[in-house]
Amino acid sequence: MKIDNSLPLEYGTEQNKMNIFGFWIFIGAEVMLFATLFATYFTLEHRTGSGPAGSEIFELTPVLIETIVLLTSSFMIGLGVHAMRIGRKNAMITFFSITLLLGLVFLGVEIYEFTHYAHIGAGLQVSAFTGILLTTLGTHGAHVTIGLFWGLFIILQVKKRGLTPQTANKAFIFSLYWHFLDVVWIFIFSFIYLKGMM
Amino acid sequence: MRKKWTFLSLVIGLLAVLAGCEPLMVLDPKGPQAETTANVIWISIATMAIVVVAVFGLMAYVVYKYRASKQSEDYEPPHIEGNPIVETVIVAIPIIIIIFLSIVTVKSTYEVEATPKGYEDQEPLIVYASSSDWKWHFSYPEENIETVNYLYIPTDRPLEFRLYSYGPITSFWIPQLGGQKYAMSDMITTLHLAAEVPGEYMGRNANFSGKGFAENIFQVEAMSPEEFDKWVEDVKTNAEPLTEEKFDELLEPGHLGQLTFSGTHLEFLPPPEGHHHGSNDHESEHDSEHAHDDGEMDHADHK
Amino acid sequence: MDYFDRFAIPHPSPAIYASMVAIGLTMIAIVIGLTYFKKWGYLWSEWLTTVDHKRIGIMYLISALLMLFRGGVDALMMRAQTAVPDNKLLDAQHYNEVFTTHGVVMIIFMAMPFIYALMNLVVPLQIGARDVAFPRLNALSFWLFFMGAMLFNISFVIGGSPDAGWTSYFPLAGNDFSQSVGTNYYLIAIQIAGIGTLISGINFIATIFKMRAPGMKLMKMPMFTWTALITNAIVVFAFPVLTITLLLGTMDRLFGTHIFSMTNGGMDMLWANLFWVWGHPEVYILVLPAFGIYSEVISTFSRRNLYGYKSMVASIVIISFMSFLVWMHHFFTMGQGPLSNSIFSITTMAIAIPTGIKIFNWLLTMRKGKIEFTVPMLYSVGFIPIFTIGGVTGVMLGMASADYQYHNTMFLVAHFHYTIIPGVVFAMLAGLTYWWPKMFGFMLNERIGKWAFWFVAIGFNVTFFPMFFTGLDGQARRMYTYSEATGFGPLNMLSFAGAIGLAIGFALIVYNVYYSTRHASRDIGSDPWNARTLEWATQTPVQSYNFARTPQVDSIEAFWDYKKNGKPLFKGEIEKIHMPNNSGMPFIMSCIFFVWGFSLVFSMWIPAIITTIAIFACLAHRSFEKDDGHYVSVEEIEATEKDWEVLADENR
Repeated sequence: MKIDNSLPLEYGTEQNKMNIFGFWIFIGAEVMLFATLFATYFTLEHRTGSGPAGSEIFELTPVLIETIVLLTSSFMIGLGVHAMRIGRKNAMITFFSITLLLGLVFLGVEIYEFTHYAHIGAGLQVSAFTGILLTTLGTHGAHVTIGLFWGLFIILQVKKRGLTPQTANKAFIFSLYWHFLDVVWIFIFSFIYLKGMM
Repeated sequence: MRKKWTFLSLVIGLLAVLAGCEPLMVLDPKGPQAETTANVIWISIATMAIVVVAVFGLMAYVVYKYRASKQSEDYEPPHIEGNPIVETVIVAIPIIIIIFLSIVTVKSTYEVEATPKGYEDQEPLIVYASSSDWKWHFSYPEENIETVNYLYIPTDRPLEFRLYSYGPITSFWIPQLGGQKYAMSDMITTLHLAAEVPGEYMGRNANFSGKGFAENIFQVEAMSPEEFDKWVEDVKTNAEPLTEEKFDELLEPGHLGQLTFSGTHLEFLPPPEGHHHGSNDHESEHDSEHAHDDGEMDHADHK
Repeated sequence: MDYFDRFAIPHPSPAIYASMVAIGLTMIAIVIGLTYFKKWGYLWSEWLTTVDHKRIGIMYLISALLMLFRGGVDALMMRAQTAVPDNKLLDAQHYNEVFTTHGVVMIIFMAMPFIYALMNLVVPLQIGARDVAFPRLNALSFWLFFMGAMLFNISFVIGGSPDAGWTSYFPLAGNDFSQSVGTNYYLIAIQIAGIGTLISGINFIATIFKMRAPGMKLMKMPMFTWTALITNAIVVFAFPVLTITLLLGTMDRLFGTHIFSMTNGGMDMLWANLFWVWGHPEVYILVLPAFGIYSEVISTFSRRNLYGYKSMVASIVIISFMSFLVWMHHFFTMGQGPLSNSIFSITTMAIAIPTGIKIFNWLLTMRKGKIEFTVPMLYSVGFIPIFTIGGVTGVMLGMASADYQYHNTMFLVAHFHYTIIPGVVFAMLAGLTYWWPKMFGFMLNERIGKWAFWFVAIGFNVTFFPMFFTGLDGQARRMYTYSEATGFGPLNMLSFAGAIGLAIGFALIVYNVYYSTRHASRDIGSDPWNARTLEWATQTPVQSYNFARTPQVDSIEAFWDYKKNGKPLFKGEIEKIHMPNNSGMPFIMSCIFFVWGFSLVFSMWIPAIITTIAIFACLAHRSFEKDDGHYVSVEEIEATEKDWEVLADENR
């Protein structure tokens, strides 16, 4: 396989370039996916039936924790990719591990949030609003969960196989995915939570 | 070519058959709104006929003239990339046609969505038409009467139908009086019609709504205002009153035939207007809860 | 026993029991046959695990033809039932299931795989590539589609078919009004197939952008490749909407949410909106590749280059944008008010402009040509007048005020069959006949093919033209029967007669395949149609690596230039070729998806959870797997090419 050394490792081969390009298209599709969820959410936002409205159930503290944790993790993975580019394998693994740990914290808080909603009578089956709220958050949460496993596999592979064009390519693509989830969360934070609390 | 002739003869044959029959319902309007739509349909058919003739003619010419069998062995078709003038023409003509049809559409759409022309100064007859599986309930709030599966209307008076549904989305349609409109469970839609000719018309639910859909029809009878008033009086004195229990019974899925009541269901079961955020006063709610409580076990219950 | 009751059919009939037996017997026969002829190994190593785009294309093709048969039988049953008033052939429930499955099968499980069959077969060859960008994902796409289709098709023998129409409007499709598991099948089977389609979309965009032969700039791509690119772009933007729509429907039906329900704030109008935001672009996903096929076929058999290439490209790009801006015309009657309706009327009618450009460009391509009426050309020429009728009635339906009268009637049914049958089915038959020699190394018989064409074309018009009239006469669509007083009888009988003509046409096509397989000459060279694009610059059937040396391109019709003007296509030495390895993973993973889907349909949570974990285990396996593919050596290539490199003299 031809390796082009003038480019970063993750772009090194034709297949690598293609993988990254393909992943960008995938992110395009994901944008549509979340856009559809948001559009549905905004349509149903005030259709609360006999259940509670957003302002009655949203709490700032857990949401702020989730936001800060996820933003930091996105920053960490950026550092990880930078470490990878300058060839520092151990630093990269450390940054990626911190990213995943923060992801895990995020997920923990989100699970707490969901059980809390269920307790205060805002479960999935209560109204159109709670249904679409939990489906939207859940879709994002499911993406994070998948990301945790995916990231773990990549860390293990880098550990075992070192920084090769293949592993670097996977790690870079994973970082794109993680940044994307962060962007989605910023939208969730602004347009679901903040807007709902106001 | 054979195909073209077959096709043309088919069209001509069909037209001949149809000419012998009664006129098509949609093109045989009995009220101002249906007349507007029928006119729009005729305008569009005429305009589109130009396109069809142009395309068919050009195609027949090209296919006839440039067949391989009509040309010499050594004819080499030329390489032509395109021609800006020709390409501008084939864009410009469709644009003109579309602009013309857009004007017709916008104008007529506003017309059929409003009180019919010439009727603006009259008080409309308001009828709440609600559908349930697979029947129509017509409530006349001012007259305080209600019918099932048949609709009496006065001629020469604007009619304002307020549509909603106790089940799946349905579509209220009386082809000879005007276009259709959906009846849905969480909002009221309004349809403006008027009848000019007394007579019996077909009305139906046009939107698929399950097993009983094909028979989900109602009879419309347009009559002079005097006759209509007489009928209303007659119903008021003779028909049995509509009670809440009776209405719940009527809502059960099935076909009922024609029924008449004094009083309307609007009093005890108001239409969705006003509470858009979902209503809880509906029996289907406990049904759906029930279906979900335990997906594993109670599937058999539905048999 | 209660546990197993759920698998019973809610509305059994002798026909369904007969089908069960037939399916069982066929399966047994296949297993016995494979074992007897010792073909299991061959099947596994050559087909189930293949990542070769040509073989995947052929598998798509076979699936599409099977589904065409299934959807066609549904169609015949519908026309037979409505042929006479008050017919008792089918009851209402059965009829509802038949028209629902007819729609879903034809759109999602026949038309979609058919276009992907041809894209798979042709696009990499047309751009001079060795395979698609992600060959293994390509196999996964196919198997996900296939398992989705199988899951959908078993619904009628296990648990009951969906019966809420192919549009599956809620609340009719909700638990309150559709209590059988049919709609679950609809939601989950389409979801699985849809994920496969989305992956294909990404795959083909990457392929077309990144793997074109040197010199093939975007504006030098053959028209079919252009349409494939734009189609897949629409797929990538439209299918996520479907994914969410189906997810929300599934949430309502399986997890008791109230998104589309009638209570607790649910909104029935939302389903219709979301469905058509996907559904209208879907129409163009189907029709654009067809436009590409017609462009290739008309240009080839007029012996001329395509007229107005640039305006053709511009028009497909414009169509693809506008396809997202017209969805509301599917429900003008929902009470949005005249303003929205007027806007969507105008956008809808405006789509006719780029479409019209294409029609005129095809006619102008034929002008000054030397037209040969081969079977593919017959379908292409037949397409033009029929599609024009479909198009002008589309403009008529786009006029909101008039649509209040056409909506939900047979007029609408006639219109969309007048667009979809010439716009998809004719194109697929043209493409199938045109590229058949490239796939299988022999040509389909022209005489039988022409007979089939006339049966299909005339049968089609006889079936659907009368519906314009019954629609205007007030016959709503989806009615299982009507009374004699309505007067719909004679025209519906005519439709039935036409449907039989169509059926004979399709039977002739099947017979043609059988006949040609037995009798057609195998000695047809590599370019039997005297075509113009790169896929014909390969051996027939195509080598596994497609091109021994990558072609060098500097015009839209590189192969034609090579043949006519002697511009060399292949330069340089033969080098070893890197090829991907076969993999069983896509097949295995899709089988797990099938079980996953089946478990969800019946709300069997334990197997659903196990299979979910198994799916992720497959993904993990893929992540850790090291697979660098293999090389085809120079000697091997030279041995394969030895008999063929004579291309140069062969076509002069």
